[in-house]
Amino acid sequence: MLFRYLLILLILLPVKVFALIEVDITRGNLNPLPIAVSPLSIDENSKKNFKKILKKENLGVEISTIVENNLRQSGLFNPLNKNAFLQKPDIANLKPRFEDWNLIKAQALITGKVTFEDEKLRVEFRLWDVLAGKEMMALAFTTVPSNWRRVGHIITDKVYERLTGEDGYFDTRIIYVSEEGPKTNRIKKLAIMDQDGFNNKYLTLGNELVLTPRFSPTNQMVTYLSYFRNLPRVYLLDIETGLQEVVGDFPGMTFAPRFSPDGKKIIMSFAQDGNSDIYTMDLENRIVERISNHPSIDTSPSYSPDGKFITFNSDRSGYQQIYVMSSNGKNVKRISFGNGLYGTPVWSPRGDLIAFTKLHKGKFYIGVMRTDGTGERLLTENFYQEAPSWSPNGRVLIFYRETKTNSKGEGFSAKLWSIDLTGYNEKMVETETDASDPSWSSLLSE
Amino acid sequence: MNLRKIFKNGFLIVLASLVLTACATQKKTGGQLQGDVYTGTDTVEYLASGVPDRVFFATNETVLTTAARETLRKQAAWLRKNSDITIVLEGHADERGTREYNLALGERRANSAKDYLMTYGISSNRISVLSYGKERPVDSGSNPLAWSKNRRSVSVKAN
Repeated sequence: MLFRYLLILLILLPVKVFALIEVDITRGNLNPLPIAVSPLSIDENSKKNFKKILKKENLGVEISTIVENNLRQSGLFNPLNKNAFLQKPDIANLKPRFEDWNLIKAQALITGKVTFEDEKLRVEFRLWDVLAGKEMMALAFTTVPSNWRRVGHIITDKVYERLTGEDGYFDTRIIYVSEEGPKTNRIKKLAIMDQDGFNNKYLTLGNELVLTPRFSPTNQMVTYLSYFRNLPRVYLLDIETGLQEVVGDFPGMTFAPRFSPDGKKIIMSFAQDGNSDIYTMDLENRIVERISNHPSIDTSPSYSPDGKFITFNSDRSGYQQIYVMSSNGKNVKRISFGNGLYGTPVWSPRGDLIAFTKLHKGKFYIGVMRTDGTGERLLTENFYQEAPSWSPNGRVLIFYRETKTNSKGEGFSAKLWSIDLTGYNEKMVETETDASDPSWSSLLSE
Repeated sequence: MNLRKIFKNGFLIVLASLVLTACATQKKTGGQLQGDVYTGTDTVEYLASGVPDRVFFATNETVLTTAARETLRKQAAWLRKNSDITIVLEGHADERGTREYNLALGERRANSAKDYLMTYGISSNRISVLSYGKERPVDSGSNPLAWSKNRRSVSVKAN
C-alpha cells in the first residue's frame, strides 16, 4: 500500500511542481483555458526575406495564427482577441508585463521570435504562466522556410503537452478520399492534407474508384483499396515517390487493409466464393497468412498497438458484430452485445478502447467501448456516418458523415467531422471537395 | 405462464402492426416491393429479349428469392445458347451498412447468383464476380424503395 502511494507521488510530483496551470482533458471543454497567443516578433530584414520566399507579409503573425487556430479547435483553450493585447510582441517575448496579460484574463501566454538565418527559418517561443508570473517552457528550432506551417503545429504540440500532460496531435496529416459527382457515379481520389486542412494534395487522378486509405506507422506509405482495371485489390502507395504496387497475388477481391503496428505487415480481408476472411501479408518476405477461417464475413481488422490482438467485424452470429482475437487468429471472442449492428472497429493508440460505428433503428452512431466490450459510450448520432480514426494521442476521433442537401432528402454531401473522446467539441473539418474515409497519421515530428 | 401468454399476445399485436405498416409502405411505393425485395422493373435492363439483367435481395440477405431464381434460369438458358459470351456478376449493397462490410456483402450476393448459374450448367470460367459494395447505387435516394433497387446482383456482358 505504502509502495503504491509512493509510486503515485513519484508520477504526480514532477507535474504538480512545474505545471501551475493545468488543463483537464478528461472532462468536457466546459471551461476552456484563456490563453494569449502573442504574434511572434520579427525584425524588418527577416520579414523582407520571408516575404520574398513565402509570399507572406508577416511570418510571425502567420505562425501565431496557426497556433491560435489549433488551440481553439482543440476545444480546451480559449485564445484571446489579439486587439486586446497591450504589450508589443518583441518586448513581451523578452519579459512579459504579467499585470497587462492578467488584465485581459489570460492565464497563459505564448510569445516568440522569428528570424531568417543562413537561408533558414529560426523560431523560438516561450510559454508563460501569467498568474504565477513564470516561464514554463522555452524552445527554439531551425528548419527550412517552407516548413513554416509545421512550425506552428509543433509549437502547439509542445504547449498542449506542457499544459495537459498528454502528447499533442497537431503536427499530423489526414489522408482521405476526396469525392465529387452524383452518388450513382462518384469520382473518388486519394487526398492528403495537414490536420488543419491546409496543404491539400491529391494523390490519385480519379480514373478508378479508391477507398479506405490508411497510413503506415511512419506515415510514408499508405495502404488502400483501388478498383484499378476493375479488379478491387489492396494497394500500397509511397507518398513521396508516388509509386504504387498491388499487395499480394490474390485470385479475388482484397479489401479493408491496415498496417500492423510495426509496419511490417498488411492485414486485410480476402473474399472468395462468397466468403471473406482475414489475412496478413508480410511486406518483406511476401508470406501470406490466413488469420481467420469461418464461413461468415470477417472484415475490418485492426491491430492492438502492441500487435498482440486483432479486433474485427464478423456476422458469424447472424449480424455484424465486433470481435477480438489473438493475432494468430486464436481465442476469438465477441465483444459487442448492445442493440443494433456494429462495424469498423479500430483500436485506440493507447490500447484501452475500441472505436466503432453502430447502426440502430436507421441511425448511425460513432462510439467507443473497452476492449472487453464493457463501457460502451455513444459519442454522436446521425442519419449516416461511419469509419472513425483516432488522433495519435487517442483523444479525438475523425470520421465522415453524409447529409442530405435539401429537405426532400435529395442530394447529399459527405464531409469529415471530428469529436473529442468526451463527446464534446464536434466539428466539421473543412475540405475542398466532399470527403470520406479519413485516416489520421501519427505525429510527424517523432 | 400467464405472463408468457401476455407476452405472446403482445408479440402478435406487434407483428400485426408490422404487417400493416408493410402494407402501407407497399401502397406508397406502387406495389414495387414484396417484403422489402424490389419487384419493379424501373432499373432493369435486358441481356436479350425476356432476359432481365439483375436480381434483387432482401435487407442484409444473400439468399435468392423465387423471382431471382426465375431470372437467373432465363440468364442460364441465354448463356447456354450463346456459349461464347462471358459475364461479370456485379454485386451491390444499399447504403445502410459500413463500407467494408458491404463490399463483402456485395461479393456474397454476386456469388449466390454465380452458384445458381453454375447449377444450371454454366461453367465457372465464364463468370467473374465483382463487388461494388455500396459504391454504385442505381437510385441515390435514401428510402426503402431506393434501397431495394440498390440491393442487387447485375449480370453484365464482359465480351
